[in-house]
Amino acid sequence: MRQFYIFVRKEFLHIFRDGRSVLILLLMPVIQIILFGFALTNEVKNVKVAIMDPSRDAATTMITERLTAGEYFKPYMMITTEQQADALLRRGEVSLIVNYSDRFRERLMHQGSARVGLTADGTDPNMASSIILYASSIIRSAELDIEAKNLQSGGVAIPNVRLLYNPQMKSSYNFVPGVMGLILMLICAMMTSISIVREKETGTMEVLLVSPVRPIFLILSKAVPYFVLSVVNLTTILLLSVFLLGVPVTGSLFWLVILSMIFIFVSLSMGLLISSIATTQVAAMLISGLVLMMPVMLLSGMIYPVSNMPEILQVIAQFIPAKWYIEAVRKLMIQGLPLNSVVTELSVLVAMAAIYLTASLRSFRDRLQ
Amino acid sequence: MNIDLEKDILPVIIVENLTKVFGRFTAVNAISFEVKKGEIFGFLGANGAGKTTAMKMLCGLLKPTSGRGFVAGFDITKDPEKVKANIGYMSQRFSLYDDLRVWENFRLFGGIYGLKEREISQTTERMLHELGFTQERNTMVKSLPAGWKQKLAFSVAIIHNPGIVFLDEPTGGVDPKARRQFWELIYDAAERGITIFVTTHYMDEAEYCSRVSIMKDGVIDALDTPANLKLKYGAKSMDEVFYQLANSKR
Amino acid sequence: MSSDISVEIKGVSKSYSVVKALDNISLSVKKGEMFGLIGPDGAGKSTLFRILTTLILPDSGVATIEGLDVRRDYKSIRRIIGYMPGRFSLYGDLTVDENLSFFASVFNVKVADNYPLIENIFKDIAPFGNRRASRLSGGMKQKLALSCALIHKPSVLFLDEPTTGVDPVSRKEFWQMLERLKTNGITIVVSTSYMDEALLCDRIALIKEGRVLSSNSPRGVIDSYQNKLLAIWGEDMHSLLKELRSYDRIKSVYSFGQEHHIAVDKNLYNTSYIDSLAQKLQQKGVRDFNIKEIAPTIEDCYMEFSANND
Repeated sequence: MRQFYIFVRKEFLHIFRDGRSVLILLLMPVIQIILFGFALTNEVKNVKVAIMDPSRDAATTMITERLTAGEYFKPYMMITTEQQADALLRRGEVSLIVNYSDRFRERLMHQGSARVGLTADGTDPNMASSIILYASSIIRSAELDIEAKNLQSGGVAIPNVRLLYNPQMKSSYNFVPGVMGLILMLICAMMTSISIVREKETGTMEVLLVSPVRPIFLILSKAVPYFVLSVVNLTTILLLSVFLLGVPVTGSLFWLVILSMIFIFVSLSMGLLISSIATTQVAAMLISGLVLMMPVMLLSGMIYPVSNMPEILQVIAQFIPAKWYIEAVRKLMIQGLPLNSVVTELSVLVAMAAIYLTASLRSFRDRLQ
Repeated sequence: MNIDLEKDILPVIIVENLTKVFGRFTAVNAISFEVKKGEIFGFLGANGAGKTTAMKMLCGLLKPTSGRGFVAGFDITKDPEKVKANIGYMSQRFSLYDDLRVWENFRLFGGIYGLKEREISQTTERMLHELGFTQERNTMVKSLPAGWKQKLAFSVAIIHNPGIVFLDEPTGGVDPKARRQFWELIYDAAERGITIFVTTHYMDEAEYCSRVSIMKDGVIDALDTPANLKLKYGAKSMDEVFYQLANSKR
Repeated sequence: MSSDISVEIKGVSKSYSVVKALDNISLSVKKGEMFGLIGPDGAGKSTLFRILTTLILPDSGVATIEGLDVRRDYKSIRRIIGYMPGRFSLYGDLTVDENLSFFASVFNVKVADNYPLIENIFKDIAPFGNRRASRLSGGMKQKLALSCALIHKPSVLFLDEPTTGVDPVSRKEFWQMLERLKTNGITIVVSTSYMDEALLCDRIALIKEGRVLSSNSPRGVIDSYQNKLLAIWGEDMHSLLKELRSYDRIKSVYSFGQEHHIAVDKNLYNTSYIDSLAQKLQQKGVRDFNIKEIAPTIEDCYMEFSANND
């Protein structure tokens, strides 16, 4: 036990003596949260709108007023031609064009419908779809108001479009689970694999192998510090998201922590597996980057919903631990669902932990080749 | 003609009070010396005496804290780029690209020093011929014996016909025979007028130098021909001279 | 197998893809002996060390350490050996004391247990106990690495090129430390590319391209040298060398510091050889030179044996 303590202590010394890695380890979650929370947000707020309104009647004026009344949309300018609209979008001066048909009110009254065109800047598809969603729901409600007024009967039901779980459609609700998945994965997998491979590179591994130390001992002592750091980071992320971003933990905090620890365990085992393949720190970094980071970001549903992906990618996504973790965090933390709703995710993660850990212990060689 | 003659006599390296300080540590402490054209200048010293730092400054890789230095006619502080273009450099650690063929290495380094395609191929042919390596033109460097690599690395280091070539422990760990053959290459280059600036831990190699300087704690403790140094310290070999100097207190 | 053998190597071969790193090597090292593997880089010394320290397996052949097989009993071997690899392999970001106590704990011993063994070596760096290992000088790093390799009082110590890139003074000092260690009865197997260090070993093996050229005591190796050897020195050594190269009654001539060593086939050598050689040189206009018969050095032997081996 004394031996194990000395080994773990040595790993902590390595981490804390390298100012750079401490900085990365402890600041990464903070930076990611702030970055995603304030800069890369999908939130619809003060979106500039250009309006093309040939009819300029009571109906269009009312809709435009409704649209720009809240904090979501800000009128940028009135335009008269399609070319103008194109140019504004292309230059990025506005993000949305609202295009009323001519004789709008008349058509609405007599034909029962009139056309409103919405054109959004599609370079950021997530953002564009949010904008369209917002704008169309505002227009739809305005339209219904007009119809209601027109019929002079107060009894018409107005459909209320409401977004479940995320009523303000805050994007932080979407990315907090993603950031948790990404950071825990990175710290555990990348840092553990690098710290083991570094010993191979500097030659200290050679000396350790030529000693009676049991491999499992070596591996565990590498894993402990990063497990501890990950729990610290988990706390940081949760505190930041609750108090800075206002994303509450609606479900069971206890089970959220248990779930995260299982995920940390999976990530640690993946890091150990990488360390037995890679022989240089650069290789370890690249493998963690390519094999872990990219798929986690792209396929785990952190940025794009998995259900929108081509089938083959959906299949691949099933093998990514972070996908299951992020889904489970969404359910437990954001939706506040009970434990029995994440049984599948939980069991998949436990199975993955078992498989990866066995594989990494088996692949750790106690000789050089 | 007079000018040419003068140029020949002019030292290739002039160093005056060259100093390098890292924080509170003075790695090189006001060293001064000159190296003449065509000399084989042995730059000796214990580990950590400041040899590497001094050599880096002379190659234009490190800016001196104070003092002046001229290498191949250029100021190492003001014109480090010109210094680099006019010297050759070879170290024990890095010499050639293992995963390139012999001629590809020549071409690469010829290109780095701005030689024309035709010049490179002519020089490569001549050098391979002199070394007797014409058969190995297309061989991957990694499959050559260590001694051969060393000789090729030296040829590549002087492909642009520099006035001076810096050799940092070029023979460490090399086969005894290859080590001697390597020194014969050094002699040939020196006879062609290339100045050689070399560090080594083999004391028999110190005997081969025209002049030897021995550094200790950032200062040059002794600088003379091997014969004069042995005379001065009443020693039978350079090994003894080195040992006496290392153990003497200043 | 007699019990006074510590390391026994029988017909060990090892290849890396196409390169034959070790080619049917057989050697034996006696208990308490200082055994030197002498050869240049790429001779296969490190590969042999890695096989003996159970880091890699030989393709064929058998090797035992204190009677334990490197394949089968590798776990027991790891308990009784100390190993110092060729490059600096301590933790640069840990202090001197931290490194030492870490390696003690690797072997489940306390620093105090075996301190007397390393005291002589460690006392020079003990005052710098709180300094990070990466900031030690080359010589001090070496002392720390040796202390760490000895802290569990191994029966056999493997030192792979401990003096490469080390200046002559520090090299001498290092060998003096080994000399003192030997008095503790530790078997020491050490490799080096510096031929002059061979004389400091009890027995040596000259190695080239994975093969043993000769294995004996340094004296025995020198005695097995077959040629007559002359030393010549004079004013212009370089042109003297070129001149001698063209003589057909000379087997080989190489520079050795301030002299050239001339190897002459025994059958061609007689009492008047030196005089006739001097005469020839004088006819060529070479003045001011001296010739005398000398005993060969290990380096002469290495060059001679490797020429025969080609």
